[in-house]
Amino acid sequence: MTTTAKTADVPAPRQDGDFEGPLLEVRDLHVEFVTRDGVAKAVNGVNYTVGAGETLAVLGESGSGKSVTAQAIMGILDMPPGRIPKGEIFFRGQDMLKMSNEERRRIRGRKIAMIFQDALSSLNPVLSVGYQLGEMFRVHQGLSKKDARARAIELMDRVRIPAAKERVGDYPHQFSGGMRQRIMIAMALALEPDLIIADEPTTALDVTVQAQVMDLLAELQREYNMGLILITHDLGVVADVADKIAVMYAGRIVETAPVHELYKRPAHPYTQGLLDSIPRLDQKGQELYAIKGLPPNLTRIPSGCAFNPRCPKAQDVCRTDVPQLYPVTERDGAELAGRGSACHFWKETIHG
Amino acid sequence: MAELDKKDEPARNAVDETPNVTAVNTVEARSEAEAVVALDAPVDRGEPILQVRNLVKHFPLTQGILFKRQVGAVKAVDGISFDLYQGETLGIVGESGCGKSTVAKLLMMLERATAGEVFYKGQDITKLSGRALKAVRRNIQMVFQDPYTSLNPRMTVGDIIGETFEIHPEVAPKGDRRRKVQELLDVVGLNPEYINRYPHQFSGGQRQRIGIARGLALNPEIIICDEPVSALDVSVQAQVINLMEKLQDEFDLSYVFIAHDLSIVRHISDRVGVMYLGKMVEIGSDEEIYDHPTHPYTQALLSAVPVPDPEAREGRERIILSGDVPSPANPPSGCRFRTRCWKAQDKCATEVPLLAVPERFKDTDSPVAHESACHFAEEKDVVHAA
Amino acid sequence: MPEKTADKVETTVATDPAPGAAATEAAPASAKARSLWSDAWNDLRRNPLFLVSAVLILLLLVLAAAPGLFTSASPRDADLAKHFLQPPNWGNFFAADWLGYDGQGRSIYARVVYGARASIMVGIGVTLLVAVLGTAVGMIAGYFGGWLDSVLSRVTDVFMGIPYLLGALVVLTTFEERSVWVVMLAMAFLGWTQIARVARGSVITIKQADYVVAAKALGASTTRILMKHILPNALAPIIVVSTIALGGYIAAEATLSFLGVGLAEPTVSWGVDVSTGRQQLRNAPYVLIIPSVMVSVTVLSFLMFGDAVRNALDPKLR
Repeated sequence: MTTTAKTADVPAPRQDGDFEGPLLEVRDLHVEFVTRDGVAKAVNGVNYTVGAGETLAVLGESGSGKSVTAQAIMGILDMPPGRIPKGEIFFRGQDMLKMSNEERRRIRGRKIAMIFQDALSSLNPVLSVGYQLGEMFRVHQGLSKKDARARAIELMDRVRIPAAKERVGDYPHQFSGGMRQRIMIAMALALEPDLIIADEPTTALDVTVQAQVMDLLAELQREYNMGLILITHDLGVVADVADKIAVMYAGRIVETAPVHELYKRPAHPYTQGLLDSIPRLDQKGQELYAIKGLPPNLTRIPSGCAFNPRCPKAQDVCRTDVPQLYPVTERDGAELAGRGSACHFWKETIHG
Repeated sequence: MAELDKKDEPARNAVDETPNVTAVNTVEARSEAEAVVALDAPVDRGEPILQVRNLVKHFPLTQGILFKRQVGAVKAVDGISFDLYQGETLGIVGESGCGKSTVAKLLMMLERATAGEVFYKGQDITKLSGRALKAVRRNIQMVFQDPYTSLNPRMTVGDIIGETFEIHPEVAPKGDRRRKVQELLDVVGLNPEYINRYPHQFSGGQRQRIGIARGLALNPEIIICDEPVSALDVSVQAQVINLMEKLQDEFDLSYVFIAHDLSIVRHISDRVGVMYLGKMVEIGSDEEIYDHPTHPYTQALLSAVPVPDPEAREGRERIILSGDVPSPANPPSGCRFRTRCWKAQDKCATEVPLLAVPERFKDTDSPVAHESACHFAEEKDVVHAA
Repeated sequence: MPEKTADKVETTVATDPAPGAAATEAAPASAKARSLWSDAWNDLRRNPLFLVSAVLILLLLVLAAAPGLFTSASPRDADLAKHFLQPPNWGNFFAADWLGYDGQGRSIYARVVYGARASIMVGIGVTLLVAVLGTAVGMIAGYFGGWLDSVLSRVTDVFMGIPYLLGALVVLTTFEERSVWVVMLAMAFLGWTQIARVARGSVITIKQADYVVAAKALGASTTRILMKHILPNALAPIIVVSTIALGGYIAAEATLSFLGVGLAEPTVSWGVDVSTGRQQLRNAPYVLIIPSVMVSVTVLSFLMFGDAVRNALDPKLR
């Protein structure tokens, strides 16, 4: 589905209420930034869909465009220097890029919420967490101060902050990193959105706390049947919670797969290289496999496949033709649901 | 900061911890010159080159503006001891706030220890200053975590690496320095022609290579690495780790590798120490720690590591700890981990467990017999799928 | 969040092609060493605000350095009989009577040309003195901290508490002879506090940076750390505050001269001329207006210049 989005039919006119398709659909999204050194092409034709109750993990390194895509969806891109020359972002069948600011604002927070990596800088240091949580209800639902506070305590209980009643008046700096991230999750959940975008939600946390927060997020998602886009660079975190994975490189999706499939049989040399370059916890390895070279400069993305200068399988065709996201099949041609690889040599990569 | 023990002596538990390490053959230098000479003597492979004994660092908490009085202390490092052997990599793991970065600063003499000693080739370096300290600095260097802040943005790469020779002019004669800098760039895998570029013209991984070149410039014996790859992208981490391993063989370096990523630490380390709230809770070879952990904290830490392999993952037991790390300003009595430990009993609140081979494992030859600071140490494999 | 986006893009863009083999393929432009200063200069060059103000300032500097190039008339030649309050002859560019004559029969054009020197000298001189003094105090207080910081910060507070003009008035009235140097020293004596605070703040941030720690770990001396690592990185905000303050000093000098406690006759200065022009405000307003305009244009050019420099050196302040 996502694999052939370019050739997919234009969606039929849609009504707001009982929309049947995916919750969110990103189509051929492009984002550029005008910088001192030229135009940086951060996102170059991204397609993905997220359904209700589904978790999509977007995996990529810095500069892969994974966060910029999320910002474009949220409508919090800085424009300028950023601009969206091309693409559509359908939320329940409506293109958000064609909406007025007012319409988008109504969706943001209420329908789509975001969790950031750094909870401390995302919370206002001079307001108590109870006030900040309650604000969501006062502004969006017009609750009274007292009711809003009660709802805030309820939410803090919901994300399992101990002694919520006593701590509701505390300020962000009085909480530990893990607790602050829980507060961020509570804020995102406050209005029971349909979709949550979590941008590196556990990167700043310690491993023992990471597990707690990830579990909480997964549990709440199931309970509310929300869509979840999990943006991360950590192959380990993804393995635990995602249903499907989209791997990004230089602003494009290079591979999509259901989570188990990706780790077992990667179909793109970049994914393969990433998996091989992580040391194992359960055995002492020899020298690590390292992907040679560096991520590309976004103002001068290599022609053809962006990964070609670093790829061990690169041939002439890789330097001239941009590979589309080919549907990946078994050796005998049997379809592998949800799998795609933007590599001219995906067959050689997956089937050896 | 509710209850503060006024009589709290900095090295309260320090003495109890001595049993776990071998005796130090101290070198008493009679003069500064003699001290400097002693440091140039080579150490055999497998012999201890750095010996840390009961190291303590307390940061005082003060109140009042004009008349400051101490109202307590953050016990960042509270009596740790370990040896670093020539040519090995000792990994130190722990979560944020466990004191591992403070250990790095103490070993580098960037912070003065509150108590305890650091013996480098048998000489206590915590009391050194002036010329003798500068001589030690030549042999113990550091690689920093953040490649974006560890390089002066106003200096060229050549000046950043070359500065080491200006500070220690005896290492390279003036005319030779540019060539040496270019050699170093080549050694760490950077184009020597980049010598006149500025740090912001490089990517994170390249910057970290520059940081490593600076650490290598004085040809040190020990390099303290404080989270050297945690700020880098996954695909670049492996490059830098491989480079560090290559350099270790090439220049016969000993590493203290401080990190929170347990997989990377296992990959690079010969021995591993686990820290919790200013204490070393378990130390041993990588096999002993990862395949036969006996301290509950180590077990919890290892079980929480996300593994990029959903199938291996499913067979593994996960221990999810409740709550957060307590404040190092007011750590729990007895065993510091007891507030989050599922095995805790009354004894844990009263008696500080020593870092030693547990009594019940003393007679076995198996890898279980390694130092672990737990009253109820027992083996539990949390890394391998059942 | 907007800041985050910008950061991310910047870091990825800074990423240069690749080490080793790929380096040869890199475009020649990117292979050049590019310091932060030269980046700032590239920004400045394209800023019209900077270009306009720079041209104006350059003109003022030439005026101050070589007034003889612009007029053959002397600013001190007075001919009451011939030129008493003779109005400007607007069409007669750059001639002695172009801007008319003042109440003592002196060419206003000549006085404007020669007056530039005093204003510019006071402006630049005070700025330099203030920058050196303020940076030294701020750096020592910020780097060493402890009691030294407490003492220096309290002294700074005391000086900051003195109202600038009132303080200058009090100090300057104690002097009988008020040369350019006396005025400069008095103004600098009262004006260094702002720079000291700025310098102290940025030094405190910079001294915690890893590159300073790295230099310490290498065994670098305190002098080296201060001069090589801290000062060059603390300089940007100091330069910004200084250039913006420069215009203020020129205005302050004019104010003090107008009040009769700054420069005085026979020194030729715009402030002095504004002061004398006030007596003829009703019948010959141009005597007051022309030097006032000069002061305004000068102050404005330096303010614009400072603004442009700030944008170039510290894009985050925008």
